[in-house]
Amino acid sequence: MFKGIYNWIDERLDITPMWRDVADHEVPEHVNPAHHFSAFVYCFGGLTFFITVIQILSGMFLTMYYVPDIINAYASVDYLQHKVAFGGIVRAMHHWGASLVIVMMFLHTLRVFFTGSYKAPREMNWVVGMLIFFIMLGLGLTGYLLPWDNKAYFATKVTLQIAESVPYLGPYIKELLNGGEIVGAQTLTRFFAIHVFFLPGALLALLAAHFFMIRKQGISGPL
Amino acid sequence: MSNHEHHDTAHQPVHRKEMTRRQFLAYTLGGTTAFLAAGPVLPMVRFAVDPILTKKTEGTYVKVVEESKITSEPQEFKFQIHQVDGWYESDPELAAWIAKDDQGNIFALSPICKHLGCTINWNTQKDNQYFCPCHEAKYTKEGKNLRVAPNPLDEYDLKLENGFIYLGPVKPNTKV
Repeated sequence: MFKGIYNWIDERLDITPMWRDVADHEVPEHVNPAHHFSAFVYCFGGLTFFITVIQILSGMFLTMYYVPDIINAYASVDYLQHKVAFGGIVRAMHHWGASLVIVMMFLHTLRVFFTGSYKAPREMNWVVGMLIFFIMLGLGLTGYLLPWDNKAYFATKVTLQIAESVPYLGPYIKELLNGGEIVGAQTLTRFFAIHVFFLPGALLALLAAHFFMIRKQGISGPL
Repeated sequence: MSNHEHHDTAHQPVHRKEMTRRQFLAYTLGGTTAFLAAGPVLPMVRFAVDPILTKKTEGTYVKVVEESKITSEPQEFKFQIHQVDGWYESDPELAAWIAKDDQGNIFALSPICKHLGCTINWNTQKDNQYFCPCHEAKYTKEGKNLRVAPNPLDEYDLKLENGFIYLGPVKPNTKV
């Protein structure tokens, strides 16, 4: 049945070349763990992406119950974790995935560094990777405030004071992130907007550039 | 060529019913992928559809008014129910139109119009009928739909105890 549907669409839109172009490409021997087990270090980039997909999905589902409001934020997180079926699991996926994505990204960065894969002609991809790294840190920071518990509140206070210590610009950066004078109602909605719209949008654009470049330039050669 | 019965097909590849190696690998990989994807996807889907699977809370009865205050002319009475809406608990005020029918039985009607959910009122058109201002639906005193609305007005479950009227969950009209 699926083959029938696929063929019907393919006859009209000729979609086979599209996914062929994405899916069919050679995996060099030196990055294939089936040939050299140590080549598993080349998997960390893909694992980072896999966990990012999990983060996006679990985050989408969490927003079905979460409200970014100082009165209800904690209550809604408490409700979705303890009253909704699998709430603990969905929230745990997002919670642990957030740490895991940093770990995987760090290991990926180490691999790229120690295989010298950042060298010409791939310097731009290294820069884009670094931008992704900072986007991820931003996602971690803004997401940390959202449960609006003690840990979230004081972690954000501390981070904003670090931001304030930037010479000259510090106080302005702090007030901009605060959305006002204190860590409060406006900070929470601001962080929520940044966490679910602005940073994911930037992240997807940068990931597209990252993947486009690696496909265009190919995986770097063996050591 | 010794088997002359298959003489016609002898030069073509033998068609076997078994699964090809490629098919086997496709099914195995597809099945494994589906199994692994189900791990994260099923909890999220169950999480999302939780509202339709949670058990509905049983309706409780709320004391509304003394039995002696009820006349054969419908009167509106307000009462508060306790409502739990996810993480938000509140005590919204509901209204009921309570009256005695011709046999002297007390009944309570919900003021929610069965057309599109506006709030009806008694006798605003001076014709001893319920009237909905949104699309001019009309109902009799027992809640029978006279025009516009497709169904009669809903009725509250009603209990009489120690001279007081207690109202419970809303049910379809039993008077008409």
